[in-house]
Amino acid sequence: MALFEARGIQKRFGARVVLENISLAIEAGTVHGIMGPNGAGKTTCFHVLTGHHPPDAGSILFDGNDITGLKPHVIARMGVSRSFQMMNLFDDAVVIENVMLALPAFRAVSGSPLRETFGDRHLVDLALTVLDQVGLAGRAWEKAKDLSYGDRRALEIAVALAAEPRILFLDEPTAGLGAQATQNLIRLIQKLRQHYTICVIEHDMRFLFELADTISVVHWGQVIVEGTPAGLKANKWVARSALGEVA
Amino acid sequence: MITLSDIPARSQMPLTLPMGIFVVVMATAPFWLARVGLYQYLGVEIAIWVLFAMGFNLLFGYTGLHSFGHGAYLGIGAYAFGLFQHHAAISLWGGLFAAIAAASVAGAVVGAFLSHRRGIYYALLTIGFGQVFWFSAMKLHWLTGGEDGLLNIPRPDLVIGPWRFDLNDNAVFYWFVAAITIAAVLLMWRVVNAPVGRVLQAIRQNETRARFVGYDVWRWKWLAFTISAAFAGLAGGLFSMAQQSAYPDVMSLHQSGIIVMMVLVGGGLVSFWGPVLGVVLYFVARDVLGGLTEAWLLWYGLLFVIMVMVRPEGMAGLLHVLLRRTSGQVSTVKPEKA
Ligand SMILES: Nc1ncnc2c1ncn2[C@@H]1O[C@H](COP(=O)(O)OP(=O)(O)O)[C@@H](O)[C@H]1O
Ligand SMILES: [Mg+2]
Repeated sequence: MALFEARGIQKRFGARVVLENISLAIEAGTVHGIMGPNGAGKTTCFHVLTGHHPPDAGSILFDGNDITGLKPHVIARMGVSRSFQMMNLFDDAVVIENVMLALPAFRAVSGSPLRETFGDRHLVDLALTVLDQVGLAGRAWEKAKDLSYGDRRALEIAVALAAEPRILFLDEPTAGLGAQATQNLIRLIQKLRQHYTICVIEHDMRFLFELADTISVVHWGQVIVEGTPAGLKANKWVARSALGEVA
Repeated sequence: MITLSDIPARSQMPLTLPMGIFVVVMATAPFWLARVGLYQYLGVEIAIWVLFAMGFNLLFGYTGLHSFGHGAYLGIGAYAFGLFQHHAAISLWGGLFAAIAAASVAGAVVGAFLSHRRGIYYALLTIGFGQVFWFSAMKLHWLTGGEDGLLNIPRPDLVIGPWRFDLNDNAVFYWFVAAITIAAVLLMWRVVNAPVGRVLQAIRQNETRARFVGYDVWRWKWLAFTISAAFAGLAGGLFSMAQQSAYPDVMSLHQSGIIVMMVLVGGGLVSFWGPVLGVVLYFVARDVLGGLTEAWLLWYGLLFVIMVMVRPEGMAGLLHVLLRRTSGQVSTVKPEKA
């Protein structure tokens, strides 16, 4: 059984149908790619899967549990973690605080009013370990908003990782990155895939073909093709369409 | 620009220099207030308003939730204290407990309506509820005494073990109020530096992100509102002792606006201590400017406008910059990108 599954998801905003009918199945331990042109509904799809918007129809299953319509914080606590296309950090806070806030161990003590936040060596070490994974340990005490664009992208992923997820949703992690930074990110995700199940939105096809085990191509709010990278390359429709040109 | 989150992020010190200054100044005020041309009762007012403003800033500055109707909770505390003395028992702790309890309950109920909202809708609802409470205080004559308010509220003696202190003595009363304010401020200092405070600040910075790392933002916003109402209630209880009466005026929109001005002028958005500076400036301006001109509030308002335009970080931000300059310290905070 797939770790994460979406069945017949539909989402409308007023009269505008953004997701017609999305079905996905993400197996544990794999990297699943979602690609499609701008405005296809990829981000909206993530928003629905992670509880930001309730779907108008369809159901979402995580590890066999129906999580359709649950609140984002409830879904997050179950082990579903995500990054954002438009970066979403705690800008005024230092880097390590961004990560600490996301640690389940921190959340567990978040109700205690008398504990010194940075006095807890264990929490600080946990956060530093997470930062080390994305290469930001040396920047721990800088403010998030003072980081370079690429480092902010990395921090975005660190925050998602800090939540100790069982599945990680990454929304266009390479957006705005240069070639070098993109290569670094590919290496990071190669490393992360050994421990996490990952679902990544990307419109850079080279990136996805290199990383993903399976790919869903979304267009007009529907999955128009899905398969392995090799299968998609062989698919005449994909090869001929604008989507295939880069590959 | 510096922000609240700059305030000693890594400090593990329970006591800091500003804390020391605050405690010493508060504790010694009766000895020098008169010598600098001020008077005892001003100390009482400042201490009460510091308590109110600091509690308010947990919500306003730290959590970023803009309440413009907070005078209501001060007023509820004041009435609760008075009603307790008149109808239940003459009791200091009973009255203060009633003040905190009543304001907390009111805050919890209103907070439940507010916490789904943000931005302007949040602010508008706080005004709306504030007006409801103010109007009720005016109209529920049988309970609140209407426009005249509750009169002849006693100041019960403070009894600690074998000692009995008469709080009708203004110096004794001052120390009592100052002790409570100092204790509350120490508690708030712990809270804002504890995980609770960090989560509240995280919500201010990015509600969506907070939600997606697993925080039930609604509950935290509700909690922040309720806690700040509780502190307002305590301040209100002390205020009704100070005035020996409780009346609707403190619940008015105008009074609720003044607390916002105090916090902003003082620099509550960038410093834990901002509200203290704002409160002191307000009362000193009232007495000094007020001695010179009837229109002192106009000048104060002008000061507020100028402050918001040129130094939105308020007095605390100004102080921060000045101290840094005089100590010749290298800035650790990068200059704001234009
Ligand atoms: N909250 C919303 N209300 C109305 N329309 C929306 C909303 N969110 C997204 N859309 C629309 O849905 C479409 C898909 O957007 P999005 O999911 O961001 O696409 P993608 O991530 O694939 O580029 C766009 O046309 C966008 O305008
Ligand atoms: Mg998108």
